[in-house]
Amino acid sequence: MQKRTQEIAVGVFVAAGLAALVMLAMKVSNLSSFSGQEGFEVVAHFENIGGLKERAPVTVAGVRIGRVKSVVYDDKAYEALVTINIDSKHKLPEDTSASILTAGLLGEQYIALEPGGSEKMLKYGEEIKLTQSAFILEQMVGRFLFDKAAEGNKTAEGAVP
Amino acid sequence: MIDWFQNLGRTSLAIFERLGCSGLFLLRVLAALPALATRPRLLIIQLYSVGVLSMMLIVISGLNVGMVLGLQGYNTLVDFGAEDSLGQVVALSLVRELGPVVAALLFAGRAGSALTAEIGLMKATEQLAGMEMMAVDPMKRVIAPRFIAAVLSMPLLATMFSAVGVLGGYFVGVGLLGVDSGAFWSQMQSKVDFYDDIVNGLVKSVVFGFVAAWIAVFEGYDAVPTTEGVSRATTRTVVHTAFAVLGLDFILTALMFGSD
Amino acid sequence: MSQHDDSALMVKIRDLRFAHGARTIFDGMDFDIPRGKITAIMGPSGTGKTTLLRLIGGQLAPLAGSVLVEGENIHGVSRDNLYRLRKRMSLLFQTGALFTDLTVFENVAFPLREHTRLPESMLRDLVLMKLQVVGLRGARDLMPAELSGGMARRVALARAIALDPAMIMYDEPFTGQDPITVGVIMQLIRMLTDTLGITSIIVSHDVHELSMISDYMYMIAGGKVVGYGTPQELGHSESGWIRQFLGGLPDGPVPFHYPAVDYAQDLLAGVTP
Repeated sequence: MQKRTQEIAVGVFVAAGLAALVMLAMKVSNLSSFSGQEGFEVVAHFENIGGLKERAPVTVAGVRIGRVKSVVYDDKAYEALVTINIDSKHKLPEDTSASILTAGLLGEQYIALEPGGSEKMLKYGEEIKLTQSAFILEQMVGRFLFDKAAEGNKTAEGAVP
Repeated sequence: MIDWFQNLGRTSLAIFERLGCSGLFLLRVLAALPALATRPRLLIIQLYSVGVLSMMLIVISGLNVGMVLGLQGYNTLVDFGAEDSLGQVVALSLVRELGPVVAALLFAGRAGSALTAEIGLMKATEQLAGMEMMAVDPMKRVIAPRFIAAVLSMPLLATMFSAVGVLGGYFVGVGLLGVDSGAFWSQMQSKVDFYDDIVNGLVKSVVFGFVAAWIAVFEGYDAVPTTEGVSRATTRTVVHTAFAVLGLDFILTALMFGSD
Repeated sequence: MSQHDDSALMVKIRDLRFAHGARTIFDGMDFDIPRGKITAIMGPSGTGKTTLLRLIGGQLAPLAGSVLVEGENIHGVSRDNLYRLRKRMSLLFQTGALFTDLTVFENVAFPLREHTRLPESMLRDLVLMKLQVVGLRGARDLMPAELSGGMARRVALARAIALDPAMIMYDEPFTGQDPITVGVIMQLIRMLTDTLGITSIIVSHDVHELSMISDYMYMIAGGKVVGYGTPQELGHSESGWIRQFLGGLPDGPVPFHYPAVDYAQDLLAGVTP
């Protein structure tokens, strides 16, 4: 009888370990939402991707519909080439635009898609033509200061008769 | 000065000799493993005493560590208004580091020391020698099942530790501190990768389990067969396993997550 | 020392040399252990009596010399053959060396389970028969921790005869036992030897018991065999050493004092002028 309880306990132990693994895989990690090859890929060129990483979310109207599959540098266009994997159940018009945004002030960067009005849908491997680069904080600050300085110069010139 | 070098030399030689001995011992254990295939019952008994009896400790510790992570993580993140990231902080800390490492340390204290003491006492009371005289190989009958049970238990226990820890973090963060439940899970899922984080954490725990099991059975088998010798060996098991796990953790972390 | 021809010998040891580190234990010893008899090996503590049994069992390897068990050199055979030979012999350890996590029944069943594939009912009968021999059939469900020292040794003896060995080696079987237990163990050893024809080797320093039970006796000291013969022959020995040992005299060829400098000199050395 002791043999039986021991075997049951070991069975429970192994089952608990496997259940924990399943929970980590499905509930904690992205295995459930990362459905591998399902879905279709589109590409997009960006002048500057900022801090965009692989596996960053791709959203439409704030809802995540896919992920960034890869980010590479395109030698011919001198731009970044981003491959996006979109869940197959979604469809996007041909004239969709893509922009790289930041979640919160310091959060991660993601791609927001904005569908256009075209009747034709994007197909596997096609390119999103309308893109907007990442918002780079340093550039914005630099431009702001430059503008201010230019304004200051103008007022100074105006003040002198 | 010369004496100092002599001491250094002697110590290094002693360490290498011990590593060599334990390496040869490991080869003998591995060679004895196939014999277990015909005796699954031996493995079940050891899985019970090594794994099942450690489960309660691991689950309670995991829950506590997860709850503390939830509390401390919340207190830090709330200053940046980033408390929605709590799930990600708790989960990543657990699956990458705390799960494998803390579970291995607890395992060394609970199961490793018990293995060493058991084998050491069997040696001190001539049970191992008696077995040899009965033409039964203690490597196959005693050492191999304990070794493999420890190797198999460790990843299971570490996984339980992480899973329960995440639940503990959820309980504190969402249940007590009011983090949004949806944000907790979605932030976690978006940042925890199955292959990069969970599988790597699992690999760590397999490595730690292997090392902890190796040290525990070697120290027991190698113990001076006296009361004092066994108690020293038990202490050595816990200390050496702790050092080995922490050192290996650094190396594995650098290899796995370093390039990111 | 060759009164037996080789086929009558269970164990034949020639020019055995062994050392623990720098300490020489055996310095060229010869033994003949005849089949079906009780041979006692006596000597003062620390002369390596237990070591000798481990050499015969192949657990230790000698520096030089040969140990032939049933004509096979136990240190020269393959591992499989060593294990085959070990199934023919049993070693009864001083402590009994019972498996503390198994019941009395399972302890006795252990060698049978490991080496045979008997059906459970037959195995049960065999174990009960062995336990009956040592008179502990009723104690089958006890754990080793619940046994007295004497009972533990009897269980160990039942386990030792489980595989029907040709030879049993007893390591200090009487040490620390009360007179009744000593009597029981002596009777068991005699009975196993006489009825089953088992060869027995007893190492001990219990002179009285050994001279009652043994057929032949060896005396070892300083790594050498210093005396051999039947108990009667040894009793009439002229050797000062044997007389001291058998008579239990405190001083003699084996000095009472550990080697030291002269007593008076030693005391004076502490006096500073």
